[in-house]
Amino acid sequence: MMNWLATRRALARDGVLGINRRNAQYTLPCNPRDRYPLVDDKLLTKELAARAGVAVPELYGVVEIQREVRHVPERLAKYRDFVVKPARGSQGDGILVITGRAHELYRVADGSVLDDEDMCFHVSNILSGVYSLGGQTDKALIEYRVNFDPVFEAITHRGVPDVRIIVYRGVPIMAMVRLPTRLSGGKANLHQGAIGTGVDIATGKTLTAVWRTEIVSEHPDTGNPVSGVRIPHWDTLLDLAARSYELTGLGYQGIDIVLDRDKGPLILELNARPGLAIQIANQAGLGPRLEMAERELPNLHTVAQRVTFARERFAHARA
Amino acid sequence: MRQLHLYALSGVLAAIGCGFFLYKLLILGFPMRPEARTDVWRVEVQLQFEAQGGPARVSLFVPTGTGGLTIVDQSFVSPGYGIVTSPEPGHGMRVTYSIREAHGTQSLYYRAVVERTRLPQDPSRDAEPRLEPPDFEGAQRLAAESITRAARQRSSDSATLAALILQSLRDAPRGGEAAFLLGPQPSARRIAQLATQLIQFAGIPARVVNGIVLAPERRDAHFVHWLQVHTAGRWHPLYITEAEREATEALLPWWRGIVPFAEVSGGSELSHTIATSRSYELATRTALNQQRALERKLIEFSLFGLPLQSQALFRTLMVIPVGILILVVLRNIVGVKTFGTFMPVLIALAFRQTGLVWGIAFFSLVVAIGLAARFYLEQLKLLLVPRLACIVIVVILAIAMLTVLSFRLGLERGLSIGLFPIVILTMTIERMTLVWEERGAAEAFEQGLGSLAVGTLCYLVMKARIVEHLFFVFPELLFVVLAATLLIGRYSGYRLTEIYRFRALAR
Repeated sequence: MMNWLATRRALARDGVLGINRRNAQYTLPCNPRDRYPLVDDKLLTKELAARAGVAVPELYGVVEIQREVRHVPERLAKYRDFVVKPARGSQGDGILVITGRAHELYRVADGSVLDDEDMCFHVSNILSGVYSLGGQTDKALIEYRVNFDPVFEAITHRGVPDVRIIVYRGVPIMAMVRLPTRLSGGKANLHQGAIGTGVDIATGKTLTAVWRTEIVSEHPDTGNPVSGVRIPHWDTLLDLAARSYELTGLGYQGIDIVLDRDKGPLILELNARPGLAIQIANQAGLGPRLEMAERELPNLHTVAQRVTFARERFAHARA
Repeated sequence: MRQLHLYALSGVLAAIGCGFFLYKLLILGFPMRPEARTDVWRVEVQLQFEAQGGPARVSLFVPTGTGGLTIVDQSFVSPGYGIVTSPEPGHGMRVTYSIREAHGTQSLYYRAVVERTRLPQDPSRDAEPRLEPPDFEGAQRLAAESITRAARQRSSDSATLAALILQSLRDAPRGGEAAFLLGPQPSARRIAQLATQLIQFAGIPARVVNGIVLAPERRDAHFVHWLQVHTAGRWHPLYITEAEREATEALLPWWRGIVPFAEVSGGSELSHTIATSRSYELATRTALNQQRALERKLIEFSLFGLPLQSQALFRTLMVIPVGILILVVLRNIVGVKTFGTFMPVLIALAFRQTGLVWGIAFFSLVVAIGLAARFYLEQLKLLLVPRLACIVIVVILAIAMLTVLSFRLGLERGLSIGLFPIVILTMTIERMTLVWEERGAAEAFEQGLGSLAVGTLCYLVMKARIVEHLFFVFPELLFVVLAATLLIGRYSGYRLTEIYRFRALAR
């Protein structure tokens, strides 16, 4: 019991954010309800970003009604690789990454194969709302599969690594790279077994990594060190993150960016309730940074000022 | 500012709740603990029928209170009806409700407060009864003679003769004379009727008595039947089953003879339900003795003023918020993962009927069967809504099967599995499958066991008699529960599970 109390005290001292505090102090007051659909529906997010001139993965098509489902294989015929995802999916559920074809079959990122019937069933499930928040009916998006930047080649097992940045009222607060593993089945979600690596906001270099709940220094599948990797286009990434506030109007959000080999940084999705595991990856609590940003906000007027502030103040001590 | 508002609101709510609670406890003297034994019972009859549009007349018997129980108060609730009570010789007291014009479903109520008498009334003062021997004919007469003759040979006096006649009917061997007279599958009422006839046939005055067993919180009491035999100058009871002999203290005689309990003219589909409950003596005493207007109003406008059936419902309803508070604490302060927000509380409600061990066993079995069916259906690639519908059907089938099976194995508890929330179970099974596929079996089991553990805890608290009593007698305590829930709504500290989750950060 004493041990628990001591841990609790240490966490509070370091300003580690718990889910109750995140909800009570940040997501509830800072994120207006009417803005949620903008990020909960990935189709809306895409349109929003496209209008603001922000790069997103190209949309190949949308399936909205069950009748269209049987035509899905024809519509997919011209694409070798693509991603099928629910417009309102949560926590990465229901995302199917097709990396190529073998005869009549689709190759999935996790190494399995699907036939046309499996594909139609998956799409139909998405439309029924199996993966959506609250189970409402949903749309299925078919979009460009990102060819990720070779910088992460050595530390990724299948799937697409992405960069998650927490943004508080336009100020990038904390960042991490999420690296798929064999365990995560090619998905970049930490609770599914992906690795989260902290990122130094100042330099864009990766720091320590967390896998499940432990700190690791090497990728469990490839054995290569995960820290010290410099993320390319880091300036652009911070700029995208800082701009996302004006895009959605959400005061506390997580922005997921992928680095494409040819197209550069693309916004994958925005999240109005970003998870807290980023703190473990960075070995730091969100609390002090959020408070610092809050104090400084009245003096930060432009996107550039917000980025500069973040780079100066949130530099990692050991980097 | 927001915090202040919240604290003020919670404070006011808690103050209102505690204030009323203390006032009722200390000034009005409401009981803090459920009493082990009280001698006041409330009985309520609800009659329903479909009126045909013209004049309608309903008559029913009301208890007259002989023996160890007396009717201290009775009331007739029937909007627009005229009420006449008249004694009906040989049967009891009959009440007639009548109205010139009635349409649609009609509900009539009769309520009585029954108290145990200090000095049991001696029934021997009744006039010497007339003997009305039945006229059996042909084969029936032969059978009746044979039974009474056999009993007479083994008896020493009228009392034992009557008892032996009843006994020969009770364990009538198949194909015997008694079975012939009783007919196939005789009811207790039929046995009572025939025993009375045979005892009269043997020359002893006897009659059938219909009544109910007073039990705490019964929503659907049934009439039971027993005999009274006049020997040695007074009536003696003669019970058909052991259950009544044991409950003799709580047997409320209602009317006598084989005549229907209630009759209707000008209407159809007459049905009745009878509810009984132990009344809180202190509460009634306060209401009756202290004639202060405000206090009487308070009691009239409390849950005690409701019809008994609704009272029984509210006994359950009032403890649900306690379960919900526990759920909120476990989810937001401890951080237990459960399927569905309020599923565990519904499970806990179902456990109230099945008992804990059986409840958990049945719940696990039904979920296991549902999961197996769900995984099988996965291959068929069904659409969501038909798939859910299939699981609902499988769940109902599983519940029916388990009920029959456990009943055949002699487990009475099994009969209450039907009360499991079927739709909630189905959604649980569907969610569990998805979690299983997306996050693995470990996560699915974690959430499943979490739900079960929370449900168990809620059940243990909601079942406690003291909790049920407190929230029924002092519903204002719900304001305190509401205040606590409001406060948790702004709790922003760590959840216990987060301390474990972030332990790597606490260097």
